Amino acid sequence: MIEIKNLHAKVEGNEILKGIELTINPGEIHAIMGPNGSGKSTLAKVIAGHPSYEVTAGEINFDINGKMVSILEQEPYERAKEGIFLGFQYPIEIPGVNNVGFLREAFNSICTHQGAKGMDQKEFKEFLKPKLELLEIDDSFLDRSVNEGFSGGEKKKNEILQMVVLNPKLSILDETDSGLDSDALKIVAKGVNSLKSKYTSTILVTHYQRLLNYIQPDFIHVLHDGKIIKSGGKELALELEAKGYDWLIK
Amino acid sequence: MSTKDYLDGEYKYGFYTDIETEDFPKGINEDIVRLISKKKNEPQWLLDYRLKAFKYWLTLTPPSWAHLNFPDIDFQNIYYHAAPKPKQKLESIDDVDPELIATFEKLGIPLTEQKRISGVAVDAVFDSVSVGTTHQKELEEIGVIFCSISEAIEKYPELIKKYLGTVVPHTDNFYAALNSAVFSDGSFVYIPKGVKCPIDLSTYFRINAKETGQFERTLVVADVDSYVNYLEGCTAPERPENQLHAAIVELIALDNAEIKYSTVQNWYAGNKEGKGGIYNFVTKRGNCEGINSKISWTQVEAGSAITWKYPSCILKGDNSQGKFFSVALTNNHMQADTGTKMIHIGKNTKSTIISKGISADKSSNVYRGLVKINPSATNARNYSQCDSMLVGDQCGANTYPYIDVKNDTATVEHEATTSKINEDQLFYLQSRGLDMEKCISIIVSGFCSDVFKELPLEFSVEAVKLIEMKLENSVG
Repeated sequence: MIEIKNLHAKVEGNEILKGIELTINPGEIHAIMGPNGSGKSTLAKVIAGHPSYEVTAGEINFDINGKMVSILEQEPYERAKEGIFLGFQYPIEIPGVNNVGFLREAFNSICTHQGAKGMDQKEFKEFLKPKLELLEIDDSFLDRSVNEGFSGGEKKKNEILQMVVLNPKLSILDETDSGLDSDALKIVAKGVNSLKSKYTSTILVTHYQRLLNYIQPDFIHVLHDGKIIKSGGKELALELEAKGYDWLIK
Repeated sequence: MSTKDYLDGEYKYGFYTDIETEDFPKGINEDIVRLISKKKNEPQWLLDYRLKAFKYWLTLTPPSWAHLNFPDIDFQNIYYHAAPKPKQKLESIDDVDPELIATFEKLGIPLTEQKRISGVAVDAVFDSVSVGTTHQKELEEIGVIFCSISEAIEKYPELIKKYLGTVVPHTDNFYAALNSAVFSDGSFVYIPKGVKCPIDLSTYFRINAKETGQFERTLVVADVDSYVNYLEGCTAPERPENQLHAAIVELIALDNAEIKYSTVQNWYAGNKEGKGGIYNFVTKRGNCEGINSKISWTQVEAGSAITWKYPSCILKGDNSQGKFFSVALTNNHMQADTGTKMIHIGKNTKSTIISKGISADKSSNVYRGLVKINPSATNARNYSQCDSMLVGDQCGANTYPYIDVKNDTATVEHEATTSKINEDQLFYLQSRGLDMEKCISIIVSGFCSDVFKELPLEFSVEAVKLIEMKLENSVG
């Protein structure tokens, strides 16, 4: 699905990523954990193509039509059209822009690129119905402006709704669990689990082990100072929960 | 790629129609004023009005208080009248020169019987004259008059004499005086008592001839208990010289009448270096003469090198309401100084001002508005909201709200914000599969949504497209 080799990236002159190595196969869920400032969010943003981050060395190759292709030169929207989705830690408010209108615009843009037909308003509404039910989202949610005046929990739910609608090949969730109560957490997990298939992959960037009670990762990586310092199976999360990160950082 | 790369929209309407025109000699003097009046077979009183205005104009100097920077206009270097030469006497719109029909079609305004848009009557003005008005017969049947102002002067002199210059007198300002002296064509609308005009009325203004000023004059009268929705659109060819457009629009709403007036202004704005474009100096004012009358101005100002325009309402009738909804978009070197005046005179009068200014590149965008509550205006209310959005860091936005309250029962509220399209918003939208152009236009349309929803549907679609086009990457 994606292979990241010796990835170095900086923002405003500071090197944040210092040689990331990570390969994710179709069907896998990977959790990226680590202390504050270790570079977790940066990694997520760099994969999605945030313009403020400069890749100074290394490669990111993504599976496009069965071939591993470098996406470093691609604009964020091109990466999105190829099936990379980033769920934001702090979703952005877009005042005056209708939530469902925006969602359909995004959906149609990606569909068209992937050779499928877009949907008109009516079809799209039907298409949304089961997804809204799954995520326990009220219809009125759709007619509001994108994230404007949303509570923290609503914003995160909106991210998951977008993810479920856009049906990406690779979903990257950047601390989507932060600030959520356990009910909301369960809903987020339902969204992520609903997309799980042997063709799709997920990267969960998280601080806490909590989310991993609801989503079973195949691999866990610990990031520190811009590098992956430890990888393991899901039992690693429990170990981190019990021991913290200090024992890994010398 | 930066935001800036996407802002150099190309002007689609910059073509020129090569058509034989009859021009008057360049420049302005008393003879030219007489000639214009004679050409239109005007009655003596109107010629006298023009001459009075001309003499007054000679005593004035152009206003300099606006936040605008441009070289002095040489008023002797302008043609004050240009008209496509009629090949024969026109009996109906189907006799109009096919070249002109084709021009308007290219602008998206079909005029001929078979092609025209149902539900909207159009008066098409080309340089100084109206070349045709659609749906006239159907409107006549219900007593609605919709024709060019020249035709109205001939056919309905009493109405013109009664209302012309009553809202914007020739002494109002420099450009109003000039317009009163040399005004050419424009539209006249009269909605009789009790009639709710069943279709929208619209005028489409096209400047075509070189070095020509357009001085149109529009007068809309809504009699007691009537209603009309009026739309206006404008374009001009791309030329390296600046061209002057100095119009007057007067609206009069009698008891319980309502006028909605919407404009999508897309005059040529000059090139990327700021060369050429229309100088748009317009006086638009509505008089809520009657009790419970309503006037609302909605404008999307996306063209012109310079926009100097303050559609206003005089709220004379008790309980009358004035509204102003505005989107002004400037890019490249465009300059806009626009806003409104709400003059509260009657009791319980209400006004609402929603202004959205978007500036990009090196442009300058000013909101200037006056809310005046006269001593007689007991319980007057005003709400103003003026928001500016900056795209890039070389542009400017200013807000000058003037508030003058002479009655202490008044409630006046003013809110203002300034925001920037930021990289985070762009990245967020892009990461959902939308390209940069689309992202910018989504953000800007969202910013303008309070105004766009006031426009009639077709106009609102056009406005969104226009904004999109203006913000579009010229390399495609």
